[in-house]
Formats: sequence, C-alpha cells, structure tokens
Amino acid sequence: MSSENPEQRAEQGADQLPAQAEEERREQPIARTGMFGAKTTGDTSGYGRLVIRQSPKVTAPRPYGGPGGAAEAGEFDEIADELERALPDFGDAIERVVVHRGELTFVVKRERLLEVARTMRDEPSLRFELCSGVSGVHYPKDEGAELHAVVHLLSITHNRRVRLEATCPDADPHVPSLVPVYPTCDWHERETYDFFGIVFDGHPALTRIEMPDDWVGHPQRKDYPLGGIPVEYRGAEIPPPDERRSYV
Amino acid sequence: MSSTKYTEYDAYAAEEAAASGGEKQGRVFDVNGQDWDQVVAGAEDLGDERLVVNMGPQHPSTHGVLRLVLTLDGETVDDCRVGIGYLHTGIEKNMEFRTWTQGTTFCTRMDYLAPIFNETAYCLGVEKLLDVTDQVPERAQIIRVMMMELNRISSHLVAIATFGLELGATTVMLNGFIEREYTLDLFEEITGLRMNMAYVRPGGVAQDLPSGALSKIRDYLDRMPKRIQALRKLMDANPVYLARTRDVAYLDLTGCMSLGVTGPMLRATGLPWDLRKSQPYCGYETYDFEVATQDTCDVYGRYLVRMQEMEESLKIVEQCVERLQRVKGPVMIEDKKIGWPAQLAIGADGMGNSPRHIAHIMGTSMEALIHHFKLVTEGFRVPAGQAYSHIESPRGELGAHVVSDGGTRPYRVHFREPSFVNLQATPAMAEGGMVADVIAAVASIDPVMGGVDR
Repeated sequence: MSSENPEQRAEQGADQLPAQAEEERREQPIARTGMFGAKTTGDTSGYGRLVIRQSPKVTAPRPYGGPGGAAEAGEFDEIADELERALPDFGDAIERVVVHRGELTFVVKRERLLEVARTMRDEPSLRFELCSGVSGVHYPKDEGAELHAVVHLLSITHNRRVRLEATCPDADPHVPSLVPVYPTCDWHERETYDFFGIVFDGHPALTRIEMPDDWVGHPQRKDYPLGGIPVEYRGAEIPPPDERRSYV
Repeated sequence: MSSTKYTEYDAYAAEEAAASGGEKQGRVFDVNGQDWDQVVAGAEDLGDERLVVNMGPQHPSTHGVLRLVLTLDGETVDDCRVGIGYLHTGIEKNMEFRTWTQGTTFCTRMDYLAPIFNETAYCLGVEKLLDVTDQVPERAQIIRVMMMELNRISSHLVAIATFGLELGATTVMLNGFIEREYTLDLFEEITGLRMNMAYVRPGGVAQDLPSGALSKIRDYLDRMPKRIQALRKLMDANPVYLARTRDVAYLDLTGCMSLGVTGPMLRATGLPWDLRKSQPYCGYETYDFEVATQDTCDVYGRYLVRMQEMEESLKIVEQCVERLQRVKGPVMIEDKKIGWPAQLAIGADGMGNSPRHIAHIMGTSMEALIHHFKLVTEGFRVPAGQAYSHIESPRGELGAHVVSDGGTRPYRVHFREPSFVNLQATPAMAEGGMVADVIAAVASIDPVMGGVDR
C-alpha cells in the first residue's frame, strides 16, 4: 500500500479517514445482529437492531514489514522469501498470509502442514527450532473450516516468531500431527484434541489429557455449554453463565 | 468412534473385558504405609523384579496433584508416565463468558505462585489486539515490572523451599517460606491481596502504589540480599545437597529444544535465552540486569540459575523504586473507552472505588455514571483478530494466545503454560535414573499444577 513518494503516501493515507473506513466497514459481511438476546417487540432498548460486521478473510499485500509495522519490507518479508525459496510450490501450500498487529501468520493447507513445519525448522535461514505449542480455536460460523489449529513457532537463532494456522471442517476433523518435527507438540495436541476434538493424525498416543478418559464431548467447543446448574437466590433463579443475557 | 464430536468410552465393557482375561493385569498391592514387608514378600513370590508404582496424585512430593506411573526395576526407573488433569478448572472456557477486564481475575488463578505473570501476559495480549501497547502509561509499566520481579523472587523462593522439603530438609523450607512471606506482605500492601491479585488490568494496573509502599520495598531490598546469601551459605556447597542434585536429571540443550523447555531449565544448559532480554516487553530493555546461566544441565545448575535470578530481580526492583520516585502520572490508559473509570481505594467498608469517584458519578455527573456503568457491566470491545503475547515467567515462556471476534468478551484465550510444557520432560530426565532422583527431577522443573491444568 505504501509508496516511496511521500505525497502519494499521504494520499493513500486518506483511506484511513473515518468516513472512508465507515463505508468499508459496511461492505463487510454481517457476523451477527442484536444484543441481550432480545428478539421480540418488547425490546425497547433498540439494541435488537444492532448489526455487527466482521472483516472477511484477507490476504495481506506485500510488503509484509516486520513487528514494528508494514511500511517497508522487513523481517516478515525475509521469512516469506526464504520459505518461498525452500518450498517450490509455496502458493499451493500456503493459502493466505496475514499480517496483523505486528504478527505474521501463514494459513497452511492442512495436508502440507508437516512439510511446512519441517521446512521452517530445518532451513538454516528460517530455523524455527522451538515450538511454543498448539492452540485450538472453534469458529462454528466459518463453514468448511470450523476448527483451527494454531501453532506458534519461535526462532532463537534469528529471534523471530511466526504463526502457522491449519483449518479442518467439523465433519472431518483431521490435521497432521507435528510430533515428528516438534516432540513438544505431544501434550499440546492431546490438549487440543481433548478440548476441541481435532484428531492429529500420526500422534503417538492421542488420548485425553485434562478431562477424564471417559468424558463425553469436547468442552472448549463453542457448541458445548459452560455448564453449571441454575442457582437459586432468594427465590429468583440465576441461570448458568452461558444462558444469561449478555452484551456480546 | 462414530460421531466426530463425542468419543464414547464404556468403562463397564472395558472392566468386563479385563475380568474375562482380555487384558492381562499383574498382581495389585495396596500400600498404605508401614506395610512394605508385605509388598516385598509378595513381589518375591512373583519372582518378578519389575514393579509398577503409582506415585501421586496425592503424593506429598509431587508438587500438587501430579500423578507419576513408574515402572521400577529394583531402584531403577524403567519407564515413567505422567498423568495430569486433576486440577483442571476450565479457566480458559470461563474467560469466554466474562468481559476482557474480568479475564484477569480468572487467569491470575492459573499458576498461583506467579499470578502477576499470568495477568501481565494476558493483558499484554489484549493491549496488542487493541493496538494500545504504546499508550500504556510509563508508571504503570514500571509498576508491572517491579511486581513481576518481586513475584519472580517469591516464586523462586517457593521452588527452592519445596525442593528442600522434598529432599527432606525442613530448614530450607522454613527459610524459603519466611522470605516469601515478606514478599507477599509487599503484595498485600500494594494490591490488597497476597495471591490472585487481579492487579494488572488491560491498559495499566488497578491502582497506584499506596503511600509508604516505596519505603517498605526499600526495607525489603535492604534485608533480602543478606537472606539470599544465607540460603546460598546453607546450600551452595552443602555436601548432602550436592549429592542429591549434581549430575541428576540431566537434560541438555537438544532435549530442551525438542521438548520446548524454557526458563531456568533451558538457561541451566548454557543458553542465555531470556525473553526479557531477547524480546523485551514492558520496557525491560531499559533495565540493567544479567541473564543467569549455568552449563551443567542438571538439578544443581537449575538451582543456581534460580538463585542468581533472584539476585538479578532485586537489582531490577531497585531500579524500579528509583524510577517510581521520579515518574509520576496515571497508572491507567488515558483512553476513557478502555481505561477502568475509577482507581481503587480503601474505604470504611474495605477496598472499593475511590470515594472521590463515587461522589463524582453519584453527585455531579449523570454522564459519568452512565459511562461507568457501561464500561463496568458491558466492557469494551476489542477489534477482531488474534495476538500472541509472551513473557518470561519464573518457569519459562508464558504465552497468551488471545482471539477476539470484535465483542466485549474474549472469543478464545489459550495459555502456553511453561509448567505444562516443561513437565513433558519428566520421563526424559527420570528414566534410567534412581527412583529417588525422580523427586529431584520433578522439583527442578518446578511445575505448578494450577498452571499445568488451568
């Protein structure tokens, strides 16, 4: 987006004016409507008509910049260049590249995850030797990619960080295991399986780790209630937290 | 497994299968103490040298509810399996049902020996998503650093104290815990609470230092070096201690890298990797301190690293005190849409919003009351996206993966708990060694089960 010419850059900066941003926001798809769960005519707050929009999945344009900002080519570009060089079909393996809040994310096709991770670790110019773990996220509205496995990598050699993200649909919750490349993922993947039901293919012993072995369901999925029983307080019933009205 | 969401496990069917000889089970001994002769006699009858011992989850030397399944061949550990999950409290799930600010109250309870670190990691993540990292006032950052370093000292003191106790040395335990008490007194003075303070909040800290806190910290700084020296005198060259720790539970750099081990364990292999130096946050780059390292890869090295880190932490606290005298100003972000509207203060009925603020919202400004109400009940919105914040906790890299969908509550928060990760290294350190060294190995990891299980 940026340019060498400061005048041009100022002009490009115009798209950050509030009016422009407002228009852009209106183009985004609607994520949800309303508040407090009020749906009927009894809603006098007006919040029932609230519309929340969410930006669509974007691919960051070059240059990616670095942790400090994306004004000029920086270490994120170096990482992407090196990965592109080491991985001939980079465009096929990496679905999207996201640069947000000074962090670089490669959204990797799940069948290529192991290969990408191995390249990230073994290539001397990349050398992400430490894996900071796997975290699952459940997006029930993201059709065809409801479950995300998010891997944070750290390069001590180059003092850099990068995030790999692989998705899988609810109907086929399989993602390759990273244990052959990063043995530390053993417990992380067990935890993600336990809480989200993502099956990591190739894991040596994918069993529950936090919940009891005979537990039914995967508790940190969005369709799993927070639980709890209605609490009675002086005759008035307080519902469990996930059933109370909320500002979401 | 038919459904993708649920995995069914029929415990009764498994039991029946075992009873009908489907799975062969060895002879089981129930050990209740003082009945070891029966076990020995029984094992002799079997003619098998191998013994599977279930250690924990209630064993006093497993640092909380940790379960170790050890296969012993005489005194040697053949196989070690680690069972966790006994303290899972669903903190990550619970946080999704509270506002961003309330999240600190939950996450502070994870690793209960290092609450300030949990809060700071989470708040740094939220601030990163809000894109307000630069707007957090300098005074708040200094207070955060000071609290973290005091917390590091108290956490390391417990690590060393309980380690002593687990090896059978009550003196070490008493000495460590008394010093920790003094540190907790400081926390009580500053935050009102000794543990689980929820003191660090998105945008700053809950309240400024009370008057007189700095002089108390100075007294602490006067006393502490001598006390650490006394602990060193007790243990550094103690032959019994050395015999139990030297060359025990060896884990070198390769092992640490592949198992993701960070913190004092990594630094005891000689790699000076400390996020405070390498990827600074909260202004750590402006403080003068050394990264403690040892190159022995054993329990003794980890102990020395912790000792030296406490000394370095004291140096940082000293610099913080000096800065806090100079740097005045707010301790919460100026942005009224994010910053908590009131400072806390001690009133007639305990800790609460400051009387001045109450007078303002109840007596003079209706808008201020509305604003207070909205921010406190509804909370602020955080732009959609994800961020990973990472800090150097006493046990290693503590990371918070914070995801927002643009709402007033976290969409997902995942903590990369160093205790959880480092505990994976137990079999690597324990297998092939003596059973007594398993205790030393686990203690040198210094796992806190509240953090492991969350």
